[in-house]
Amino acid sequence: MLYRESGDFSETYKADSQTFPIKFDRYRYYAVLIVAFLVIPFVINDYWANAVLVPFLIYAIAAIGLNILTGYCGQVSLGTGGFMAVGAYACYKLMTAFPDVSIVVHVLISGGITAAVVTLFGLPSLRIKGFYLAVATLAAQFFLVWLFNRVAWFYNYSASGQINAPDRTVFGYLVTGPNTEAWAKYLICLIFVTFTGIVARNMTRGALGRKWSAIRDMDIAAEIIGVNPLNAKLSAFAISGFFIGISGALFFSVYLGAAEVGEAFGIQKSFLVLFMIIIGGLGSIFGSFAGAAFMVLLPVFLKNVLVGGLGWDTALAAHLEFVIVGALIIVFLIAEPHGLAQLWRVAKEKLRLWPFPH
Amino acid sequence: MFPDQFLFGVEVLLNGLMAGVLYALVALGFVLIFKASGIFNYAQGVMALFAALTLVGIMDGQVPFSHLINALFGTDVHHFGWHVPAFAAILLAMAVMVGLAWIVQYFIFRHLVGQEPIILFMATIGLAYFMEGFGDMMWGSEIKKLDVGIPQGGSFWIEEATAFLGGSNFYGFFIDQLDIVAAVVAIILVVLLVAFAQYTKQGRAMRAVADDHQAALSVGISLSFIWVLVWSLAGFVALVAGIMWGAKSGVQFSLSLIALKALPVLMLGGFTSIPGAIVGGLIVGVGEKLFEFLIGAPFLGGATENWFAYMLALVFLVFRPQGLFGEKIIERV
Amino acid sequence: MKRLATATVAAVMAAAPVMADLVFPSLSYRTGAYAAGGIPFADGYADYMTLLNERDGGIGGVMTRILECETGYNTEKGVECYEATKGEGALVYQPLSTGITYQLIPKATADGIAIHSMGYGRTSAANGKVFSNVFNYPANYWNGASAVVQHILDVNGGDIKGKKIALVYHNSAYGKEPIRTLEELSKKHGFELSLLAVDHPGQEQKSQWLQIRRERPDYVTMWGWGVMNQVAIQEAVNIRFPMENFIGVWWSGSENDVLPSGDDANGYKAVTFHNVGNNFPVFEDVKKHVVDTGKAAGAGDQIGTAIYNRGFYAAMLAAEAVRNAQAIHGVADITPAMMLDGMESLEITEARMAELGMPNFGPSFKVSCENHGGPGTVGVAQWDASSKTWSLISDFKETDMSVIQPLIEADSAAFAAENNIAERCN
Repeated sequence: MLYRESGDFSETYKADSQTFPIKFDRYRYYAVLIVAFLVIPFVINDYWANAVLVPFLIYAIAAIGLNILTGYCGQVSLGTGGFMAVGAYACYKLMTAFPDVSIVVHVLISGGITAAVVTLFGLPSLRIKGFYLAVATLAAQFFLVWLFNRVAWFYNYSASGQINAPDRTVFGYLVTGPNTEAWAKYLICLIFVTFTGIVARNMTRGALGRKWSAIRDMDIAAEIIGVNPLNAKLSAFAISGFFIGISGALFFSVYLGAAEVGEAFGIQKSFLVLFMIIIGGLGSIFGSFAGAAFMVLLPVFLKNVLVGGLGWDTALAAHLEFVIVGALIIVFLIAEPHGLAQLWRVAKEKLRLWPFPH
Repeated sequence: MFPDQFLFGVEVLLNGLMAGVLYALVALGFVLIFKASGIFNYAQGVMALFAALTLVGIMDGQVPFSHLINALFGTDVHHFGWHVPAFAAILLAMAVMVGLAWIVQYFIFRHLVGQEPIILFMATIGLAYFMEGFGDMMWGSEIKKLDVGIPQGGSFWIEEATAFLGGSNFYGFFIDQLDIVAAVVAIILVVLLVAFAQYTKQGRAMRAVADDHQAALSVGISLSFIWVLVWSLAGFVALVAGIMWGAKSGVQFSLSLIALKALPVLMLGGFTSIPGAIVGGLIVGVGEKLFEFLIGAPFLGGATENWFAYMLALVFLVFRPQGLFGEKIIERV
Repeated sequence: MKRLATATVAAVMAAAPVMADLVFPSLSYRTGAYAAGGIPFADGYADYMTLLNERDGGIGGVMTRILECETGYNTEKGVECYEATKGEGALVYQPLSTGITYQLIPKATADGIAIHSMGYGRTSAANGKVFSNVFNYPANYWNGASAVVQHILDVNGGDIKGKKIALVYHNSAYGKEPIRTLEELSKKHGFELSLLAVDHPGQEQKSQWLQIRRERPDYVTMWGWGVMNQVAIQEAVNIRFPMENFIGVWWSGSENDVLPSGDDANGYKAVTFHNVGNNFPVFEDVKKHVVDTGKAAGAGDQIGTAIYNRGFYAAMLAAEAVRNAQAIHGVADITPAMMLDGMESLEITEARMAELGMPNFGPSFKVSCENHGGPGTVGVAQWDASSKTWSLISDFKETDMSVIQPLIEADSAAFAAENNIAERCN
């Protein structure tokens, strides 16, 4: 009843090409933003910020980044962990070298540095395709982790190679370091997520996004219709790298506060972000959020239910958690191979016809 | 007398070859499944772990799920109290792996026929998660010693027989007996697999499926049978790999990480070629060991092996995108 | 989703006893690559607290409560565990992983909760002037490195000039800890140091051990963890490296590490800051009150293993600190802030350990505001493959603080400068 386009007339080209052409969608989007910006910061506590929302938001940025590369442009990458490490270490070096510059600028520059590195590792994609490329990006993953572990300059020659985020403020409020309030942490991440989401959404529905999709669907055909594969692929790598770099920088500076490259940015991270976009839906911004929510919330939720609610032994609960997550991934794929985003799309279609489906 | 440095290089090369054989063993499992069904089986490493866990569990007469049973019913069961001889245990473990292959086919991939490769890949990741938790729940997560009677340690007769080659600094070539056994087993395994694929009815059917699913289906080959067969074979290869690596380091979680060692092998050798897996394994084994010896340890501070194999494969692929023995990529619009 | 989670949190609250209790979070890892080391530690930690509850009715009349939370050695899960448990009145954290420790040092300091990273974590936290909430008594990695060299000196009658010592280390923050100390010591004593990094997980170490075989160092020392230990010891056996010249740090000195190599591992050594074996009166009580009543955290078969004892020892130190805090403040149900006072003025004497049924279980020591690292005394244990036991072959001896102290000062000063921390204890 509520969700339909009838009566919603577009009178200008601008209105016709807006992101959410259906009124209900638009209002829902504003409502989510209002709740996220104006309600949650006032009720959030440390546990919800540090264990649930902040990691969710940061992973959402990484998932959007990877989704641009894998979901929109079709280049499977398993180097996300290494690329996040580039963002994190760039941010650390900038934070300690220029303490007077705002952390926001540092995070953005870290994104830029990561974009450059990712583009470099994207060059082989012009020759290598499919799973061969996926495995080739693992070279970046392992090499970058080794590099940050080996070269002492990256961690300012500290004894053990750990990096620690010093206190930094935005408008006088702490956003990094241990004394940061939960809402500040949450808000800074939320602002970056909103920025990322809007930029990514508009990029992927513009000319660039269409070029990427053409490359994904068939790169030779795309070349014939006039898409330059060099530009399209490398721009996907660069933009994806930019977002992944931002997420890496936030992951280190705002969320963890201290990191060690092999542990925080290992191969597991690459797989985790890839899971997110496949579970969420390849080629969908909403899917990136849904997938990140699924992979972050599910383990926390299961743990709370099994250990907290049912009082199980922690080891057994952890094993069962693996079993359940694995089984759910399979069940989801069988039920809907195109991810949560497709389920959402189907639900919307149904809603549109409701209550008269025929 | 040769200069010692050269002899050391030869020794590193020999050990690289042996390590390469072990990598090839893991890579074989990937190739089998990818060739027949187009599934990139991420769970191969976890399968090796699961197979080895099962083998040890059967040999020691562990009660499966004892942890869970004890937690639920407040009982205190651990072991049946018997010990199964290694050979019988290997057969039983194999039976479990065949059962697993059947389950995987009937509950997962039967429902995913015709999906895109990345979805199938994702499903194997789900499977890997599942089996990781399931294996731990079934057999416990502590380290287990695997002893199926494979000799281990340096081959001293080789050392003594070759010590004369160098000066006083050279002590003869060091080659681990376990590696020799593994190499022999791997060679036998490859010969058997090739013979199976070439000369038996099922083997031919398997190759037919690998060539073209629909054509194979139309001449009356049961796809699901072939896929169960392929998964069983991969399970068998995983069991062998699990035994070899498990004998080396005990059976524990890290065994599942050997899959990562097999990936560059696959890139080099091509995802669809059995000889490619072997040659790729050898190149990776020798390459990473020699690089560490010549450049990594002296100039870069060591621990280069993890990324070197990938870099090697990456550079190689830029020049030959389908891998060493991969099928030529023909793209049409 | 949120409502459900809130409901579960509420369920946790409801399930917890209403009466006052002393909360000890145990960030354990019973799964993942390092589970074999995490299980016995968590069991030992829990069993000691259970023993206190069952036998003595808690500490000073207040029951103890273990809040176990599985981290899987994963930093993010560690953060989740910390946030989930800190609100319940957690007194002291044992983060049990280098990554989580570094993570929690600033957080716990801001929240006013103590961290006891016993024999791991950030070594320079021994400097209480900078690290107000972090304790790593009785010994840290740099003491361990010095103890290894000390032992080699003892064996060689005090002169190791020109000897070659190789360090095989886990290529991570943890593994890199001893390097600086060993470099300083090599300058001082004139031995030659070579470093061999092994990447996680360390399943494949042929290159490193071939290099050792080529270079023939006189001694090999190891900073390993998880499967790396077993493989290294097996490879050392394979190249016929004399086991008595192979000395691991305490995390490379558990039964798990040597058992897979069987008889060949005989004579392998590891430095340790606590005693080994099950020959202590207190374990009789554990059997009687904890294992036989079915309240043991594990199967009860781990008692006396190296890492179980370590967990047990950690729990004992925590309980003693609680007692100390109770005595200082005259309150039985102490707060985290009182716990800090208790830890900062903790004194463990031989008499007290004997009274607890744990004679000579660890060194006697005294913590102060400046020194959170304890005495740094370390002993050496050796593996006997025929009886499958570790035994101490040297007492807890002083380590070379003249080398270690400046390193601690320098590293903690760097941390203080980076984070604008003013020195305390003046």
